[in-house]
Amino acid sequence: MKKMVVVMMIMMVMVMVSEASMIEQTCKETPDFNLCVSLLDSDPRGSSADTSGLALILVDKIKGLATKTLKEINSLYKKRPELKQALDECSRRYKTILKADVPEAIEAISKGVPKFGEDGVIDAGVEAAVCEGEFKGKSPLTSLTKSMQKVSNVTRAIVRMLL
Amino acid sequence: MAKSDALLPISAREEDPLLSDGSRSDPNAETHGRRRPVKGLLAVSFGLFFIAFYVALIATHDGSRSNDVKIESDGTATKASRAHLAGVSEKSNDQLWKLSGDRNTVAFSWNNSMLSWQRTAFHFQPEQNWMNDPNGPLFYKGWYHFFYQYNPNAAVWGDIVWGHAVSKDLIHWVHLPLAMVADQWYDANGVWTGSATFLEDGSIVMLYTGSTDKSVQVQNLAYPEDLNDPLLLKWVKFPGNPVLVPPPGILPKDFRDPTTAWKTSAGKWRITIGSKINRTGISLVYDTTDFKTYEKLETLLHKVPNTGMWECVDFYPVSKTLVKGLDTSVNGPDVKHIVKASMDDTRIDHYAIGTYFDSNGTWTPDDPTIDVGISTSLRYDYGKFYASKTFYDQNKGRRILWGWIGESDSESADVQKGWSSLQGIPRTVVLDTKTGKNLVQWPVEEVKSLRLSSKKFDMEVGPGSLVHIDVGSAAQLDIEAEFEIKKESLEKILGDASAAAEAEEFSCQKSGGSTVRGALGPFGFSVLAHESLSEKTPVYFYVAKGKDSKLITFFCTDSSRSSFANDVVKPIYGSSVPVLKGEKLTMRILVDHSIVEAFGQGGRTCITSRVYPTKAIYGAAKLFLFNNAIDATITASFKVWQMNSAFIQPYSEEAVRALSRT
Repeated sequence: MKKMVVVMMIMMVMVMVSEASMIEQTCKETPDFNLCVSLLDSDPRGSSADTSGLALILVDKIKGLATKTLKEINSLYKKRPELKQALDECSRRYKTILKADVPEAIEAISKGVPKFGEDGVIDAGVEAAVCEGEFKGKSPLTSLTKSMQKVSNVTRAIVRMLL
Repeated sequence: MAKSDALLPISAREEDPLLSDGSRSDPNAETHGRRRPVKGLLAVSFGLFFIAFYVALIATHDGSRSNDVKIESDGTATKASRAHLAGVSEKSNDQLWKLSGDRNTVAFSWNNSMLSWQRTAFHFQPEQNWMNDPNGPLFYKGWYHFFYQYNPNAAVWGDIVWGHAVSKDLIHWVHLPLAMVADQWYDANGVWTGSATFLEDGSIVMLYTGSTDKSVQVQNLAYPEDLNDPLLLKWVKFPGNPVLVPPPGILPKDFRDPTTAWKTSAGKWRITIGSKINRTGISLVYDTTDFKTYEKLETLLHKVPNTGMWECVDFYPVSKTLVKGLDTSVNGPDVKHIVKASMDDTRIDHYAIGTYFDSNGTWTPDDPTIDVGISTSLRYDYGKFYASKTFYDQNKGRRILWGWIGESDSESADVQKGWSSLQGIPRTVVLDTKTGKNLVQWPVEEVKSLRLSSKKFDMEVGPGSLVHIDVGSAAQLDIEAEFEIKKESLEKILGDASAAAEAEEFSCQKSGGSTVRGALGPFGFSVLAHESLSEKTPVYFYVAKGKDSKLITFFCTDSSRSSFANDVVKPIYGSSVPVLKGEKLTMRILVDHSIVEAFGQGGRTCITSRVYPTKAIYGAAKLFLFNNAIDATITASFKVWQMNSAFIQPYSEEAVRALSRT
């Protein structure tokens, strides 16, 4: 009985490891393997997604990160009123990510015209970088904008696999 | 919705629930005693089987991985893959990031004054929102029709339907109501690109790609509801749609953009549709008699490995001897055929000249080393130009090319200004009868009707000079220029045996732009230039010595200093341009706010650029002539016209009536 159990354990571990390989295979072709794997592994949809599905998961991460960043921007208005102008520009840029880039990417990737998805994903990185630049080196949002840049690069690499 | 720990490393795997069962004691240990050896054997063999299975799984996964992956010590993978786009946007993204941390970067914001200036005066664009591919262009009952991919809801791609506009002259347009919307299951997810064919009785059929309610790409048939309506306002979709679905071996999302049909010698209609098999770009061929049922040929029109998906395939004859357009069905000994495709991977339109074999529907290129889609193969345009489509204009016997010119700015700006994308000025396309090896394109004659006042200039410009050309307003211009390098300057360079064959190393993209000075160039015009030259867009020739002391001429547009804005793409575009013996160097430039279209050597090399100056706008936009050559003096003879607006009108019966009187 014990031996059967051990064998079944081995089976489960093998199945789990081989399913993770699809994510690993895909992430190896992106500029940030660790980030890619951590984003996809932590999502319950990741283990059974095809490339298109993985791309959509990452677009969802972009959406989540943009929402989180907008919340932070909003909270900074009170804490750092002297940064209003930069915060206004950042707010505009991040709203573009949520209202234009993400919906465009979702529609394009789902419908099989990934190049428009690539455009949306690249733009998310651009908007984050522009926001960061508004603070002339003294940004309170650096870790968030940097994350967006990195996630955008990884997502783009996966979207390009669909072309 | 992502949790805040989404960026944290992998969380621990779940505990194996079976572990707890295994640790319970087995009450029937004694009664199982006799079966233990058999069970043991079973367990071991199962174990071996699964280990073997696991190894096989790993082995096959390894096989699909490319060989040049290495994981560096910090865990990032480096790999040269398609994921790494050797293109401008990636570079500018990295640059943008570097700049963003710089304390000296000017924090920049688009204001409405800057953004509203960007709208063009005489290029086709809808009143607002997003546009992409040209669709089904045609001439019918006195009107040029233009359809286009349109998003009625936003300034980014999505919710695509067919926009529609008409013109008498390809320049003055009036917008019409949407021609087709996504109202059937077979185009519920998008009414995508298609082409028109004229039947023998003069009626029109339109084939277009629909994205079905399940996101499968299919081909559908539509036709005008009323052929007596010259405006072709209403379109009817064939109730039996779709007429084509992805064939076996073709993925459901790799089947789009049907072409205009041509007549085969067997009397059937034939179309081609781009696709891909793995990384090989292909063009499928179908024959039909009624546009409702089709016979797929076993042969492909053509295929080229490693070019990826072929979008917007176009296929048409060109005359070898006459400078005129040909109907799509023309064939014969005096004819070559062009295969053109839009490369999804690189967003570049490529074409090649070759021979069509009607008997089996195949085509072979004259020069396979520059086959369609190979990076060095010919392009209609070396700048921003995609999804292009030609049609035969039976009105004036010309083949006319439309090209989608997207934005090069951020989507934030597009949303703020409320629109995105233009069409290039329609161009005539013919084979270059002098070289036989490339097409020649030229803005349609009708664009000249926009010319207002002009000024003519003749000047000699020494090395390292800059001349302000005072033409008043400089955002809407048509410039035609002829240049000659003074004989003495040329002889000096050609005679100098020690002067390296610079042309071998030169490219517009990589040689630093218009401020890098060579012996014989660069020289040309700086358009949309601020008087301080802090913003400018040079369009220029760069002449360099090649092998065997031949001169090679390059034609470039340098947008790297076109704008202070840090969220726009600012590439240097261009290519070498054939210059035949005895020819002077000629260029034509159409400037229309945020678009610059440059034509070198009568249209042998064309470059479309999008530029977004922040200061060189309105009255502050100026025109300069420059010669940055180190040694050469050039003579320039040119004419500059102010260009009127085309006054593209929103839909009204009155606007239609006004146009029909012209």
